Amino acid sequence: MTGDEPVRTMVVWVPDWPLVAAGVPATEPAAAFVANRVVACTAAARAAGVRRHMRRREAQARSPALRVLERDAERDARAFEAVVHALEALTPRLEVARPGRCAFPTRGPSRYFGGDTALAERAVAQVGEVLPPGTAVAVGVADGPFAAAHAARTAHVRGRREEGPPVWVVAPGKAAEHLAPLPLAALDRPELTDVLARLGLRTLGDLAALPAADVLGRFGSDGLEAHRLARGLDARPPATEPPPPDLVVEAELDPPAEQVAPAAFVARGLAEELRQRLDARGSVCIRIVISAETEHGERSERVWRDEGALTAGAIADRVRWQLDGWLNANARQRPTAGIVHLRLQPDEVVAADGRQLGFWGSDAGAAERALRAVARVQGLLGAEAVLVPEYAGGRDPAEQLRLVPAAAVDLSADRPAARPEWVRAPWPGRLPNPSPATLHADAVPVEVLDARGHPVVVDGRCQPTAEPALLRWRRGGARRITSWAGPWPVDERWWDPQRWSRRVRFQVVTDDGAAHLVVLEGGRWTVAATYD
Amino acid sequence: MGRDGAARATTGDDRRARLADVAARIEPTVLAGDQRLPVLPALDALVPGLRRGSTLSVDGPAATSLALATAAGPSRDGAWVAAVGFPSLGLLAAAELGVSLERLVLVADPGPDDGDGAGAWPAVVAALVDAFEVVLVHAGQRVRAADGRRLVARTRERGAVLVQVGCSRPTRTAWPEGADVALTVVDATWEGLGEGHGHLRARRVTVEAGGRRGAARSRRAELWLPSAEGGVEPVLPAPVPLRPRRSELA
Repeated sequence: MTGDEPVRTMVVWVPDWPLVAAGVPATEPAAAFVANRVVACTAAARAAGVRRHMRRREAQARSPALRVLERDAERDARAFEAVVHALEALTPRLEVARPGRCAFPTRGPSRYFGGDTALAERAVAQVGEVLPPGTAVAVGVADGPFAAAHAARTAHVRGRREEGPPVWVVAPGKAAEHLAPLPLAALDRPELTDVLARLGLRTLGDLAALPAADVLGRFGSDGLEAHRLARGLDARPPATEPPPPDLVVEAELDPPAEQVAPAAFVARGLAEELRQRLDARGSVCIRIVISAETEHGERSERVWRDEGALTAGAIADRVRWQLDGWLNANARQRPTAGIVHLRLQPDEVVAADGRQLGFWGSDAGAAERALRAVARVQGLLGAEAVLVPEYAGGRDPAEQLRLVPAAAVDLSADRPAARPEWVRAPWPGRLPNPSPATLHADAVPVEVLDARGHPVVVDGRCQPTAEPALLRWRRGGARRITSWAGPWPVDERWWDPQRWSRRVRFQVVTDDGAAHLVVLEGGRWTVAATYD
Repeated sequence: MGRDGAARATTGDDRRARLADVAARIEPTVLAGDQRLPVLPALDALVPGLRRGSTLSVDGPAATSLALATAAGPSRDGAWVAAVGFPSLGLLAAAELGVSLERLVLVADPGPDDGDGAGAWPAVVAALVDAFEVVLVHAGQRVRAADGRRLVARTRERGAVLVQVGCSRPTRTAWPEGADVALTVVDATWEGLGEGHGHLRARRVTVEAGGRRGAARSRRAELWLPSAEGGVEPVLPAPVPLRPRRSELA
């Protein structure tokens, strides 16, 4: 016994949970989307070639009858409460990793129910009772949650091929052996996997065979966690001491909260307070016990776990999910009074070793929210209506940045094309800064006249025939020009008869203080932009 | 947290302290009303941070630039900015003023305006307000009073900042009660352009800030928008010579 063995864990997994929660049968092609990307799909959709992370367009192209659902995290969590409740008959200590998957240590229950296999079969039966008939459930048992989750995957494949009950038990101490043939993608760490693949490592077994010290030296704590997982251990060595009690935060609710919203509001404040206390200690919380109590003494207590540290927002979300499931359960399980007490107790606290989701912490959520709003506007106006800027080379302000439909780029990823460094080539003939704030999509036709009222043109040596004195709009109105500069010629694409363009540009300031960029091309003057 | 002490509390001071203690325990760390998005330092004198959930109107000859400059502060800080109904927004100018183009999204054409403001516009803005910290809308849009009220309420609830940009002559805001903060450019002068030489370098603007409630006291500031280095800078008073000049002594 080195004390580093992971706890024997059972994972109960309902595949494609967002669709099960939405009440879609597995035989109907359907997929749940977040920001136009598939996050889950039914077996029927998968058979048609729909995969996770696929764009909506592509998914619909593969399966034209595809039913499109927006993923609703609250609905998922609410519906999963029934599953968790059913499993509570087997064990008091359930950890919900995310709606659709929960885990619990098997030591006690397995002894009581007569072994891991018997317990697993019992879990399948318990869960099957509360789910619609025909819903797939998979149960895996192994050392540690990571191996158990993959055992559950094996179990799911087994169940689908009808080779037996959807149960897979990995013998104690055999976790590493079970994981060895799996591809590195199973780690769900794309950047790391990418590098490892280029080093010639393909499977978890390859990774596990490397010396731990070398992995730590080269890939840091993230690499070490992956290495530990591949060796069938927990991502981090188990915490030897319980978190200190001063990390527990709680609040009394007065008046009692009958609805989710007021309790969730208080929870948000509590989560923020907890985050501050954790920050002060340089720790993060990866497992938390959320408990709520009503006036009549009914309690709801759940353990939530997330491998990538729980942020304040994530904790607040989990409180909301838990309370939503509890307060909106069927009449038998619903509490009879309002919530008066809320308590957040970190159950496993580890040192914050830099595994943060985004530089700004909670702002990873901001990008995701923005993506969702973009998807909604695309739903209202069409996919081409939402545009994002990208740098492109050019000499006129309108050419230096072009707009591309948001549907064509991945907004959640890093976008170097939206940074000025993207354009490396010098574009001689660019206008000096500052740039105009308004570019007229349809150039406004004008006349530029000299002091005597004659039109100003430019001679062969690119000199204006007279000083511009008056700017007259073709649609009416005129302004005296108080100062001007130019002409700045552009002779572009002379090799291409269709796109050849030769023009001169002037900056003018009129007597009302406005500044315009006026262009003379083919003898016609237009206002191309206004320095608004 | 001092519950025993609180139980023995008898005097008024003790009770007050106890109340303050409880209030401190249950309040969110930052009150929703106090949450402000940062603005560029040059704009601090006009709007000390954009209060989340508020509405802004920007008006006058340099309205577009000023609106972009207001959005630049939050944008630099990681906020997402959306612009609705600007088919001709100068994006290069936006970048020069400090708006991060990686987090800028445009809805150039928010659906046809059918005359009484019943198009898709309110739904589009509502969807954006849900997620984006700053939403710029063009004033040219007709908005029904009920839609306007609903949008203002939604903005307040979601903690976004809704900025109306445009030429509201005569004053016509989309929000029935007017904007919480109204910025008006009263004077703008370009520098750098001569008679046939030079180029536009900088613009000196005078901005007046007014509004409702907290912002009712009107403020005034002179800014370089943009300054010769790009960006926004306050106009510093001309240095006063310490000694009278020789010519003045004579």
